[in-house]
Amino acid sequence: MALILQNIDIRENGVAHLDNINLMFSRGGLYTVLGRTLAGKTTLLRTIAGLQQPQKGTLMLHGSDYLQLPVWKRRVAMVYQQFINYPHLNVLANVAFPLRRAGVPRAEAHQRAREVLGKVGLTDFEKRRPAALSGGQQQRVALARALVKRAEILLLDEPLVNLDYKLREQLREDFQNIFEGQDDAIVVYTTTEPAEAIQLGHQMIIMDEGGIIQQGEPLAVFNAPATIRCAEIINDPPMNIFYGTIENGDIQLQGGIQLKVPAHMAHLPHGPYRFGLRAADLRLGSMIGSQVELSEISGSQTILHLRGDIGTFILYEEGVYQHAIGDTVQVDLNSNRIYSFSVDGDLIAGPAAAEAYRR
Amino acid sequence: MATIELCDIAHTYEPDSDDPTFALKALNLVWKDGGTYALLGPSGCGKTTMLNIISGLIRSTRGKILFDGVDFSQLPTTKRNIAQVFQFPVIYTLMSVQENLEFPLVCRKIPKGERIRRVNEVAELLNLKDKLKRPARKLAADEKQLISLGRGLVRNDVSALLMDEPLTVIDPQLKFEIRRKLKQINEHYGLTMVYVTHDQNEAMTFADTIVVMNDGEVIQTGTPQELYNRPETSYVGYFIGSPAMNFIKCTLAGNQLQTAGGRIPVPAGMSIPANIQNLKIGIRPRHVQFTNSESAKAIKGQIQLVQEFGNARVATVGIKEEMMRVKLNYGAEVPTGDVWLALPEENLCVYADEKLVNRNR
Repeated sequence: MALILQNIDIRENGVAHLDNINLMFSRGGLYTVLGRTLAGKTTLLRTIAGLQQPQKGTLMLHGSDYLQLPVWKRRVAMVYQQFINYPHLNVLANVAFPLRRAGVPRAEAHQRAREVLGKVGLTDFEKRRPAALSGGQQQRVALARALVKRAEILLLDEPLVNLDYKLREQLREDFQNIFEGQDDAIVVYTTTEPAEAIQLGHQMIIMDEGGIIQQGEPLAVFNAPATIRCAEIINDPPMNIFYGTIENGDIQLQGGIQLKVPAHMAHLPHGPYRFGLRAADLRLGSMIGSQVELSEISGSQTILHLRGDIGTFILYEEGVYQHAIGDTVQVDLNSNRIYSFSVDGDLIAGPAAAEAYRR
Repeated sequence: MATIELCDIAHTYEPDSDDPTFALKALNLVWKDGGTYALLGPSGCGKTTMLNIISGLIRSTRGKILFDGVDFSQLPTTKRNIAQVFQFPVIYTLMSVQENLEFPLVCRKIPKGERIRRVNEVAELLNLKDKLKRPARKLAADEKQLISLGRGLVRNDVSALLMDEPLTVIDPQLKFEIRRKLKQINEHYGLTMVYVTHDQNEAMTFADTIVVMNDGEVIQTGTPQELYNRPETSYVGYFIGSPAMNFIKCTLAGNQLQTAGGRIPVPAGMSIPANIQNLKIGIRPRHVQFTNSESAKAIKGQIQLVQEFGNARVATVGIKEEMMRVKLNYGAEVPTGDVWLALPEENLCVYADEKLVNRNR
């Protein structure tokens, strides 16, 4: 039992919003769709919901043509970026609303609404109006209204993007627990944040410019990104990419930087490559001189944007530190974690963790 | 340029009430000339009220504001030499970028030559130079926000720049540029800058000093490192950092702290008052370490869950009814079953009635 998209295309003025999409979503699965803004994530959800018609392709649910089914007959629930609730109804009535519309008797609708409110942690708030709730609580109400319908397909479009990071952290945890119980539904969740996609997804789909560029188990995709573009999108901060060559057993990078070829790349022929290294695999040390362009703090990490002879790159330190713009720092690269890509950007070899997933 | 002092400032929006609710409870703050400050707190904590009192949009119910020692409390906004940037860009839609930037100088009757010189200087700094002739309304949101900022910078009488969530409408990829610009402006002009936000990351990235507010009160003032390493209240420990600081209940037993997972010594130099009912240890998830065997400085727990975040793995360890999170590098090994957790003394905080117990150094 599954939702199957085949060769789905949506184009406007020559721009592909969805570019030949082929996907299979199985019941009980939680799929995270990761991509930058304008990658086509929202269009994908709107197509599944029936809010947008593809110009080409088929959409089948459990073997029957889903494109022919009008929106109001699709058992789909959707949660949006903005918190959408009925301002004149209290929390309980907001959540019970879809059931009441479907003719479920009041007592039963309220009972089911209360069950779901318990799940999303709003039991004590059922009498309040949405305006008297925080942003995080309002988004929980919207989620509860989506859950109460027991829809076959639950779509969430960047539901945490408008919340501050403490609330995001909390709701992410809650989502994980809430979604665990949705065994009969297909859950599709879009986000721009790698950590969110990896934490929540059973399966992850990376979208870029309307197309799907990689999919698989989140850790498999994280450890073995198929292309440079995938590696950039699945890492936050994006993976550092350096141009260079392999010559005489050494990796030569811009600015005369030289590294021993690590064991996992020993089999590679000489020639030009692009090398990838995560911001977490650079350390303050002594190898490479560079200047601080900006130091940012994210959660419990310090993210250093650096520029040196090697190019511009990003280093990530656990903990909170201050660096002024223009400060000079020395950096070490962990060559055991280097990825090598072809000049065209396809993954050629990665560290042990990457190879384990590619086999 | 100015040092700004807030002396006993308090504000209520219901001055006629018998029992008014104070949006801002009595507070004293000094903002040094040329410093970068962030007012950080959840919505409704009083941070925008404080900003508006400084700019003169609101007269505080009590207290006074000094600019370089001179009482400005009764002066109107126009006399305060302050520039303010709001959440949404404010531009004159019918004017070009050049005219927008020039406008504050036209209002102040600055001669043409001087106006052009200053507009060019600011446009250079903000990368708006090739856009000067374009209609301001045609620019993207982030560039419009730079214009709002630029109108404050062209004036050479501005002593402080106040910003109220200025990056809200800016695309995440473009925030980097504006953050960098703000830092450069601070260095270049030596302006005192105050930045209001509910976003911890914005505050920690922007400011040298952060004022954490909650419910109309200042909870802690400090550098990003101080807030991270030594949160003065458990609230700050929760609010700053991700995942939040771990808190575990404990009791004082001689020179030991008794937790549900075992005893650890009281950190050196810390004198914990006796008879505190509400005593907790606090430690950052990054600082907790798995250790092989029982030791005098370790507590016992059980692995309950391991979460993957890409860049990091977070293990949740149950300690009887409580739990502790341990943050590890990606790819790091996590043991299973019963584990011992080492809590390094230098990273350990103790909270008595939710307040940090100080160490004598």
